Amino acid sequence: MRKNFRLIVLFVLALALTSLLPAQAQDAVFRVAAVAPSATNDLAFSQSMYDALLAIQKEMGEDQFQFVFQDGTFIVDDAAVALREWASSGEYDLVIAHGSQYGAILEELAPEFPDVSFAWGTDQNTFGLDNVYAYTAASNEGGFLNGAMAALMTKTGVIGVVGPIEVGDAKLYVDGFVAGAKAAKPDVTVNVTYIQSFSDVPLATEAAKTHIANGADILTGTAQMVVGAIAVAKEEGALWFGTQSSQAELAAEAGVQFQVYKWEVVLRDIIANIKAGKLGGEAYVITLANGGLVMEKGLR
Amino acid sequence: MNFRPSAVTLVFFKTFANSLLNAWPLLLAIAAAAAAASLLLLALNANPIQAFSSMLQGAFGTTNATAETLVKAIPVLFVAIGICVAFRGGVVNIGGEGQMIAGAVAGVTAALTLGPIITFGPLLIALCLVCGFLAGALYGGLAGFLKAYFNVNEILSTIMLNQVAVQMMNFLLNGPLLDPAELGTNHIPKTARIVQWAELPRLSLSLGDNFELFTRTRLHFGLVLGIILAIVIYVLLWRTTIGYRIRAVGQNERASRYAGINVRRQIVLAMFLAGGIAGLAGVVQVLGLQYRLQTDGSPTGFTGNAGFNGIVAALFGGLNPLGAIPASVVFGGLLVGAQKMQRDLGVSAALITAINGLIVVFVVSSQYYIRQRARRRLAAPTSPAAAAAERPAAAAALEQQA
Amino acid sequence: MIDQILTASVLASAIRLATPYIFAGLGETFGQRSGVLNLGVDGIMLMGAFAAFYTVFTTQSLLLGVLAALLVGLLLGLATAFVSVTLKAEQGISGIGFYLFGLGMSELLYQKLIGTPKSVTGFPPLAIPGLSDIEFLGIGQIFFRHNLLVYLAFALVPISAFILNRTTFGLKIRAVGQNPEAADAMGVNVARVRYMTVMLGGLMAGLAGASLSIALLNVFQQNLTSGLGFIAVALVYFGRWRPVGVLLGALLFSFVNALQLQASVIAPNIPSEFAVMAPYAITIIALVFASKQTEKPTALTKPFERGE
Repeated sequence: MRKNFRLIVLFVLALALTSLLPAQAQDAVFRVAAVAPSATNDLAFSQSMYDALLAIQKEMGEDQFQFVFQDGTFIVDDAAVALREWASSGEYDLVIAHGSQYGAILEELAPEFPDVSFAWGTDQNTFGLDNVYAYTAASNEGGFLNGAMAALMTKTGVIGVVGPIEVGDAKLYVDGFVAGAKAAKPDVTVNVTYIQSFSDVPLATEAAKTHIANGADILTGTAQMVVGAIAVAKEEGALWFGTQSSQAELAAEAGVQFQVYKWEVVLRDIIANIKAGKLGGEAYVITLANGGLVMEKGLR
Repeated sequence: MNFRPSAVTLVFFKTFANSLLNAWPLLLAIAAAAAAASLLLLALNANPIQAFSSMLQGAFGTTNATAETLVKAIPVLFVAIGICVAFRGGVVNIGGEGQMIAGAVAGVTAALTLGPIITFGPLLIALCLVCGFLAGALYGGLAGFLKAYFNVNEILSTIMLNQVAVQMMNFLLNGPLLDPAELGTNHIPKTARIVQWAELPRLSLSLGDNFELFTRTRLHFGLVLGIILAIVIYVLLWRTTIGYRIRAVGQNERASRYAGINVRRQIVLAMFLAGGIAGLAGVVQVLGLQYRLQTDGSPTGFTGNAGFNGIVAALFGGLNPLGAIPASVVFGGLLVGAQKMQRDLGVSAALITAINGLIVVFVVSSQYYIRQRARRRLAAPTSPAAAAAERPAAAAALEQQA
Repeated sequence: MIDQILTASVLASAIRLATPYIFAGLGETFGQRSGVLNLGVDGIMLMGAFAAFYTVFTTQSLLLGVLAALLVGLLLGLATAFVSVTLKAEQGISGIGFYLFGLGMSELLYQKLIGTPKSVTGFPPLAIPGLSDIEFLGIGQIFFRHNLLVYLAFALVPISAFILNRTTFGLKIRAVGQNPEAADAMGVNVARVRYMTVMLGGLMAGLAGASLSIALLNVFQQNLTSGLGFIAVALVYFGRWRPVGVLLGALLFSFVNALQLQASVIAPNIPSEFAVMAPYAITIIALVFASKQTEKPTALTKPFERGE
């Protein structure tokens, strides 16, 4: 019993100490903690946020902006633990849940920590909470441009698309791509394969080869498993259109155009808001118009 | 609290005490795993001592950490209990993942459709649990049926059925079960939120005003259900004829047949129960934690690998439902603590996965010596983890008969 | 419709898809025939895939890449054998442990040594003179325009069958897997035979990984195999521990997989979830019928774990 009492005293002391921390943190450094489902080097969704945080750090300087990033956290409950720890530590000015699968846990967590600012995406739902920001990408816009350009460039009249699961920005991109291709050239054939996985590189690669066998001379796709499809485009002399992050280096001479997410556009605004005392309640969409989506040229 | 040690608790403590007595190979294994992990950490410029203390801190360091460890352990425990039944019955069930998904789909469907009709919470929860159990049981029972009557190896069928279940879930979440609110917008494959009275209550203990335990954590009633279930299944396996028959078939199929036991029926029954219990794991995750069913986009669907981790926990627990309780908690702590280590040291998630693998390999390598010592000391008639080893002989007998 | 779906390119695709399953499945067959279940195949494949990829990435030598994969596979096979045979660990769990280790370690090495997805020039298609030009039924395109590792995988099927069924070593393997006590009494070193089969299995799993990273995909990414090794283990059961059976299982699974990819092109109305699920479901269904037809079980094909 006495031991328990001592433990409790220690615990209270620790709590008291941690409660001093935010006061310390507020003055100079802006601290961000983020969790993402795949790896920071996936050339896709998770990397887009990681790159954005790096860009902000470069702008503001390392003495002004620091961040921690937990990647590879596809298990939602693991993300829940991380988010709760960061929120309750009081050390972070902004806690980011980078994945639409994290929405439900944020909805539960955010009201418990009204003084902590959260951001999550891709979605537009702030759950009516004034300490939650939501962000999403109008990836159909770049998809439309890629699709239109692809339709004009194809010689065989067939384009192949390798998609993951029909969700969120992946679905938006693919739908936009098909619409763009049809708008530019109504008789073009766009074959879409959803392989029902974000990570199955062997299947994505064979899906790309199947498209080539069916006459496609241009390929596109979204999510991190497309790296194999990019290699196929290169080997078969086909062209590649990408999205989420720039895959120009990997695609080399096959790469035509990439829609790149620039989350820093959103982050800048959120950081300014938080510094001004506004912790959330706003939903952002990155678009071509606001500079959140940028079309980068490949080596082609 | 009026505490009277029953036969069950006695057995529990006996098992626990024995494992402590024979702990030195285990400690050696943990030390070896720690040494190997330290080398890896040093190679990545991380301080191993800091790493391990942060791991321990993350698993049990605070009330919330302990709560999250238990939260992680709950589905692992359910699956492990089911695995005990299957493996004791001589069926190597790798299908915890798929059975969990089947249970979750049925459970969430029940909660969504019955929720508005049945407003009495406990009844609604019970119905959801029954639906989830039945769905998981049928899915597991299918593999048992194929094994018993069509000679389809269960390792093959359960591995394949796991993938079928993930795709079936994705289909349902993208169509019939899709949250109507997602239709126009983001199209995230998840169901609507279940009604509030279908949620399993959170566990928080308040003793007077000064002492609070697990308040404001995510620890939920599933833990209690899991422990009750472990006791029930322990009694079923070792104190009833049903359990005796299942174990008899697992231990010696031919002898069981001569003794007049319907071997095929026992195989189906073992898989039916194992699947059902794994199905409960799925429902409990939905009703206790997520309040909806949602895919995480990974190849495992939504289970967070609990279906596989349950196998490891069951075997570490000596294929005894009661042993599965501490084994799941330790395994849950390992997983939750590793995440904390990743955050504190900024090391990659990949390192954590590799270290977890090392720990599993080293600890399982020590098990044989622990068993040997235990056997010598107690002259116990059967080794706890022998069921899987006896399986091929049983399979051979089955094929001979066919 | 049928001529659209059953094209030569679909069949060629099935041959490609089957390659890693054949390598890994044959290797696993040796281990299981001697009585050792290795559930860590997927982890060894990942390590082999990375070793091959990294070697080719830095040296541009495909031969060195294959050798690196073989070496890594051999070492991990040795470790698996040590844990399973010498330490007598529960094979199901130790396999999961090795899988996790390979999964994490390959990704870690990839992050540290390469960092971001890159591609390499892998084994080029090697048209076999004469045969590759056969137009009849598209045979040339289906069978004879693949890369070297694809041919190797198929060549290993009869070789493995020969070793298992016609050599003294094969006899020892079967004896050890069937009745280790009897084999032991006849002077066969049970542990040594099992070490050899498990290391051979590791070797083949490494090769399976290399066939992905430097022949079929020519990229590396974390979890490149995506659970392929587990399917390979399942296919060993499908093939009833016979190399030809493993081949048939791998071909059936891959054929349905190639068909469903083709179906997404010519019949886009089929929900993709059902298409992707098809190979898994059909493999089970096929086995239901197959085991009905072959009622006579061969006593040879049972894995055996030494129960002491």
